[in-house]
Amino acid sequence: MDAGVPAMSARKLRPRVPMPMQPPLVRRGNFTEVALGYSLEQAVAEARRCLQCKKPTCQGGCPVEVDCKGFIAHLVHRDVEGAFAVIKRTNSLPAVCGRVCPQEKQCERACKLAPTGEPVAIGRLERFVADTYYASDACASAIAAAKQCRLPREDVRVACVGSGPSSLTAAGFLAALGAQVTVFEGLHEVGGVLVYGIPEFRLPKSIVATEVEHLRRLGVEFRTNWVVGQTVGLTELFHQGYRAVFVGTGAGLPQFLGIPGESLLGVYSANEYLTRVNLMRAYAFPRYDTPLPQGRYVTVIGGGNVAMDAARTALRLGAQEVTVVYRRTQAEMPCRAEELEHALEEGIRVRELLAPVAFEGQDGWLSGLRVERMALGEPDESGRRRPVPTGETEVLATDLCIIGIGTGPNPVLLRATPGLRLNARGYIDVDPTTGETSIPMVFAGGDIVTGAATVVLAMGAGRRAAREIAQRLGLI
Amino acid sequence: MTLILRRREIIAGQTIELVLHAPAIAAKARPGHFVILRVHPEGERIPLTIADADAQAGTITLVFLVVGTTTALLARLQEQEAILDVCGPLGQPTPIRPVGEVVCVGGGTGIAAMHHIAKGHAQVGNRVTAIIGARTASLLLFEEELSRFCEKVIVATDDGSRGVRGLVTDALRGHLAAHPGVAEVIAVGPVPMMRAVAELTRPLGISTVASLNAIMVDGMGMCGACRVRVGGVIRFACVDGPDFDAHAVDFDELAARLRAFVSQERQSYGCRCACHERA
Ligand SMILES: Cc1cc2nc3c(=O)[nH]c(=O)nc-3n(C[C@H](O)[C@H](O)[C@H](O)COP(=O)(O)OP(=O)(O)OC[C@H]3O[C@@H](n4cnc5c(N)ncnc54)[C@H](O)[C@@H]3O)c2cc1C
Ligand code: SF4
Ligand code: FES
Repeated sequence: MDAGVPAMSARKLRPRVPMPMQPPLVRRGNFTEVALGYSLEQAVAEARRCLQCKKPTCQGGCPVEVDCKGFIAHLVHRDVEGAFAVIKRTNSLPAVCGRVCPQEKQCERACKLAPTGEPVAIGRLERFVADTYYASDACASAIAAAKQCRLPREDVRVACVGSGPSSLTAAGFLAALGAQVTVFEGLHEVGGVLVYGIPEFRLPKSIVATEVEHLRRLGVEFRTNWVVGQTVGLTELFHQGYRAVFVGTGAGLPQFLGIPGESLLGVYSANEYLTRVNLMRAYAFPRYDTPLPQGRYVTVIGGGNVAMDAARTALRLGAQEVTVVYRRTQAEMPCRAEELEHALEEGIRVRELLAPVAFEGQDGWLSGLRVERMALGEPDESGRRRPVPTGETEVLATDLCIIGIGTGPNPVLLRATPGLRLNARGYIDVDPTTGETSIPMVFAGGDIVTGAATVVLAMGAGRRAAREIAQRLGLI
Repeated sequence: MTLILRRREIIAGQTIELVLHAPAIAAKARPGHFVILRVHPEGERIPLTIADADAQAGTITLVFLVVGTTTALLARLQEQEAILDVCGPLGQPTPIRPVGEVVCVGGGTGIAAMHHIAKGHAQVGNRVTAIIGARTASLLLFEEELSRFCEKVIVATDDGSRGVRGLVTDALRGHLAAHPGVAEVIAVGPVPMMRAVAELTRPLGISTVASLNAIMVDGMGMCGACRVRVGGVIRFACVDGPDFDAHAVDFDELAARLRAFVSQERQSYGCRCACHERA
């Protein structure tokens, strides 16, 4: 056994401290957060489970290399401020990541306790540290200090396009070094997928608002309703005095199935459904003006986080029955393990090995989804067993169907910027070490480069590009 | 926040024109572009076509019909008050090339949107005939503005209270028969009107553009609410349009999709009008 796991067998392994949660039958009727967060005692107890390995592996499992062992050590001594400082060294949005990272594929999978099935609950601890720190006085004074001691460099202006996690991270990194950063966001609210996509019950908007407020206090300027490529051209930004541009416009273009009946009323992209509910708060219609598609028998097509979020949202909006339809089996679903678990607890049905073939309708309105049964064949390039059609079909009765099968690159900026080189999949081509695009001093990162991925990867890309920008502009 | 500089009720209590101080949008606005706006923090996002833009003055003009919650709220705003969010210009500009003779057809509030396109054609030297229609004379818009740069403005009213009695398509049919050189027709208005124009010009082989008033949420290609079928493929009106080859548009599907929220709209606004028309 690795020398880094001291006396693991000798020490009796306690189970993970369970996360306090709203009970499934309660939470399926509200939009407040499902997971309630650890108390200090719970957090310390969980932190004590960490073996403080000599050669920790968790850090390598984190895409932004959070020093998990380091921050957990502070937590064992109830030093939240110290723990926060460690996390913040590499992670600019810890309260967000602690909630939405697929930890079971990242830090917690790399944890030496993972083989026991009970790795340290690193994500929950990260969330605890961020939430507790943000609620503390230490936080308020740290912000005040940051404002005073940073040396503003009026001459160094940088533009960030889009306000998702990649841009917010780049903006924060550069602003902390004194650059004058402007974030251009096309929508009326800042946060990207964090506000228009991920629902309140998983990531409260107030968390994103806190992160944004911090950036504001660092001097970052936010311009909403600015669509780069339409309101202002990308290269025009240089004429306006910006010396570098970071593009983080995301993969927001919803894909449709291209099967008959897709234009029936009652068929929505998950993006539309979630945008109406999250960004436009349609759940409060008619207090808010945006109308909401109503459904009693809701079907959701897909197996990722987007599909789970749509399904759980529909349930909370009063659907009688919500069914997730997936081409493969639960084991292959790309969503966070916890989301699937929560969805099942809440009473959402998952029908595996079904592929949509047609929407059926009456008078223009959806009435059913015809699906074909699949069987699992040979593994494909991704190593997952490929679903193969069996020829057998059935019709699921449904009056609202939400398509969450994936997204493509947001087209607006790309079409308006002919000099920007794209890859074969239509995403922006960048130098992998610097994040620079084919246009000098224009950098890109996040979903617009990788295709739909994760918050933490988008942040990592924002940080990498920001560091390069800072070097080129003489900030570090 | 976008300031309202001038406000005019073109048709009392029904059709309103706003001139907004929006220099960044004005600098970029081309015929065919639209904006998405939101009136208050609980408000929905709605698209409105830019009826005119003045880059020098930094202004854009919007014309809208009071049909729902948001347009009713917008109608209440006065000069020197501000609109919470105005985002644009969005969409692809109407392709405007020097082609010679063109006819711009506008129905109802669509006349305002058509005005900007007609002006664009006049500016590149095309000879523009405008055909505008409404139920009755008091519901006509922009006749005078159009006459400033159009060779001819033909008016059609259902009741014959002004111009010729009948539909714009009747007027169009007559005009095309007398003017075989017309190279392009542009249609902006209610779906049945645009469909009728398309059916009229199809056998004549005249290239025809329709400006589609799909339901939109973001206006930036992110939701797909605005999807329309053109030539059998799904396109997004907000980023691929709103202008498309009228002969390839599936107008039946567009008309069906526009009904999506009619009942909720009634609940939200207490609807006075079943038609779903965008300015
Ligand atoms: C419903 C849903 C659930 C998800 N759940 C998870 C999860 O649990 N865990 C996880 O790690 N990841 C999750 N993801 C993925 C994650 O949210 C994304 O990978 C991440 O947000 C990408 O960040 P980004 O910075 O690249 O862009 P985005 O967050 O996509 O933000 C892009 C922003 O750019 C704006 N924009 C686009 N074009 C322009 C333009 N031309 N001008 C100005 N602004 C523009 C957009 O309006 C948007 O606000 C989820 C995604 C969705 C949709
Ligand atoms: S950022 Fe995500 S992967 Fe990294 S330590 Fe935190 S929860 Fe784990
Ligand atoms: S309005 Fe959302 S994609 Fe067009």
